[in-house]
Amino acid sequence: MTFLNRPPRDFPFCPGCGHGGTLQALDSAMTRLDLNPARTAIVTDIGCIGLSDQYFNVHAFHGLHGRAVTYASGLKLADPDLTVIAIMGDGGCGIGGTHLVNAARRNVGITLVVCNNFNFGMTGGQHSVTTPCGGITATTTEGNPETPLDLCALVSAGSAPFVARTTVYDQALPDLLAKAIAHPGFSLVDVWEICTAYYVQTNRLNAKSLKELMAGLGFASGVIRESPRPEAAHLLRERARVSERAAESGPAALECAAEAAPGGAAAAPPGGAAPAALRGLSCEFPGTLHDRVSIVIAGSAGEKVKSCAAALGTAAILCGGFATQKDDYPITVMTGHSAAEMILSPSRIEFTGIDSPDILLILSQDGLRWASKILARMGPDQTVLADDGLDLPSGRSRVLRFPFRASAAEAGKKSIPMLALGTLLAGRPVVPLEALRRAVALTQKPPVAEVNLKAIEQGAALAGGS
Amino acid sequence: MIEFLDGNEAVVRGAVAAGCGFFAGYPITPASSILTGMLKALPRTGGVAIQAEDEIASIGMCLGAAAAGKRALTATSGPGMSLYSENLGMAQMMELPLVVVNVQRQGPATGSATKGAEGDVQFARWGTSGGLPLVALAPTTVEECFTLTVRAFEIAEQLRTPAILLTSKELAQTRERVDLEALGGDTGGMRLPVPPGEVPALHPIGGPTLARFTTSSHDERGHITGDPAIIDRLVRRLAAKIEHAAPELEIVREDLRAGAATLVVSYGVTARAAREAVAAARDAGLAVSHLILHTLWPVPERAIREALGGFEPGADGTPAPRVGPASRSAPVRRVVVPENNLGQYAREIERLAAGCGVDVVPVNRMDTGLVTPGEILDAIRSVHPSPPRIG
Repeated sequence: MTFLNRPPRDFPFCPGCGHGGTLQALDSAMTRLDLNPARTAIVTDIGCIGLSDQYFNVHAFHGLHGRAVTYASGLKLADPDLTVIAIMGDGGCGIGGTHLVNAARRNVGITLVVCNNFNFGMTGGQHSVTTPCGGITATTTEGNPETPLDLCALVSAGSAPFVARTTVYDQALPDLLAKAIAHPGFSLVDVWEICTAYYVQTNRLNAKSLKELMAGLGFASGVIRESPRPEAAHLLRERARVSERAAESGPAALECAAEAAPGGAAAAPPGGAAPAALRGLSCEFPGTLHDRVSIVIAGSAGEKVKSCAAALGTAAILCGGFATQKDDYPITVMTGHSAAEMILSPSRIEFTGIDSPDILLILSQDGLRWASKILARMGPDQTVLADDGLDLPSGRSRVLRFPFRASAAEAGKKSIPMLALGTLLAGRPVVPLEALRRAVALTQKPPVAEVNLKAIEQGAALAGGS
Repeated sequence: MIEFLDGNEAVVRGAVAAGCGFFAGYPITPASSILTGMLKALPRTGGVAIQAEDEIASIGMCLGAAAAGKRALTATSGPGMSLYSENLGMAQMMELPLVVVNVQRQGPATGSATKGAEGDVQFARWGTSGGLPLVALAPTTVEECFTLTVRAFEIAEQLRTPAILLTSKELAQTRERVDLEALGGDTGGMRLPVPPGEVPALHPIGGPTLARFTTSSHDERGHITGDPAIIDRLVRRLAAKIEHAAPELEIVREDLRAGAATLVVSYGVTARAAREAVAAARDAGLAVSHLILHTLWPVPERAIREALGGFEPGADGTPAPRVGPASRSAPVRRVVVPENNLGQYAREIERLAAGCGVDVVPVNRMDTGLVTPGEILDAIRSVHPSPPRIG
């Protein structure tokens, strides 16, 4: 039996080229493993070897130069029980080196066969990452000054579970390839060949001296590494099964599964809005949001400005209204300002930009620094609520000062924005305080909500005293 | 169900609603929350989501998964789109369905990484070698981030093409009130009429029929060819399948006024400012038409020509469109095109308006800020004939 759809004499390679031998060895290996053609894919790279998938009666994917490993990985991750064999030249390994390392590290269960003939054959014999030092090529006419890359060492650095190297003339090549394909994890076989069109024309290299070159460079041969570990595609499928079952058993199980799964924490939605997202919001306080109001909250990183703003937006929706929220913070998120631009409106909001807000809350020095330009634009009809410890430049807007930070000393700095909102809404019920309380209860986890509900009361009390 | 979501969250919901089974992406502001959202959402539906080592691997994995028959999605921003470029062309060549979200940010290059602009509009169309057409849709709201994601999957699958969803930082990271369930009928069921033979059936890798996908010029069976006649047939078919579907791909919002001499054509986040500007202009007694484009590529030529042709009151007093190329007697004299870039789509309007005596007035901004309603209103006022004609 054979997987080849034409006799090897029909291969398109130059006389004496090593590619034909490697393909025949691959065919023997596939035959030995009795692979199901419909459940096998060959992914080829660019270069002379990129022509090879056409000669096999299996699924074929002939992709871009250097990227064969990415397509093979996608196939495997999408269909974990598919046998995926990628065939690349040494040129592709140079372009796509990162994919080799990462597929090895990730342990995607594909087999990578490298047909390594030390130069780019298809484009005219230019040097590649594996060209030996001193090698004469079209682009190293004085001898290659660069040191060749040990591909096996490269993927071994990524903890590839199966790594082997030999030459196309090795009688054991079919065995080695069969072993690599049968290995459930990522496997690489570095097959050294000769390029009769180019490399051997200008360098003293032939079938016999390939082994000597290998030894001379100090590159290991045979099975270099065999160290099985769980394969990525099957791992992800199993994780999906757990997650899917949890999803079927309802929201509570889902949250547990999300938290239990590695990476679950990173996937949590901003502002911890998951509980409300699961239930949806309804108009619980109809007719209480009367006017379109723009509010900017300017505070410091790590003080929960964003989640507090999300609660305010949610409150507006609970009033039957609309809200938009745009956050602003430095790329280094744990330092400097954290700000939120909000529009609350009884009708649909189109333009979300705020040049000069109706209300500006300045909660910290960071916030003041960020908001200084906004502050300068504000007029007498606009209101600033600022922490009383801040030194505000004189402006035209109405400024009210409250001891936000001092009052939050006990509950912690994370309650400052909510406390300030309590003050704001007690003095100017843009939305009723009760709607904000309800929004907090809906969108925040119970321990956080408890702190924030207290902060709202504290803030409201400040308004009464002013 | 009413929620308070941002555009990226809505894209994730849309992808799940569309039956997306594979996602690969790489972190980049402002698209990262699509990656984290998909990593959370897809396993719950039995799908696979993964963070790849870079953007090239992200789109490469997606194309592998698409060849295996999965509905695949990837998301990035301008710098990542640059790295997707070669694989986008391969997706065209292999006719692999793929939805690509470009959450635009201010550029070029790294630009202002955390700030907005919509400067990748022409890049979406011409972002890969060969110049063959592809599909790009642009939402203006968080809800449309959901509905157009679903549409993009439908189009990608039915035409076997990459489809780009052009959102922006301003949509992706602005929360607003949405009711995705209430969108109901908008969430699916689009069927494009595809002429027989124009879009071959996709036989997935791993299925019973041996499949052959190749990035090289190939014949109908996927074998590499150098035959000019076969290559000609291939590229013309790849172009024709998009061009022939163009009329059905036109997703636009028409808000046209009979007799209006000024037309505003907008898309993306700027459409929101345009809506306010048009409303303010009408409040001031000006007759202004507004056309919002959700399909940017292929160019919705029928809708644009129709809007350029202007509206005359019909027999019953309601506006009756004058379908067909604009004529010299067209009442639309000026087209205001506000864009969050230095003027990219205005040239498409200029192309369609050529010879009609219509002035195209761009309103541009790319300083990380939004084009404001005031800036658009100024443009409408400055070009509006006085006294205004009210239809």
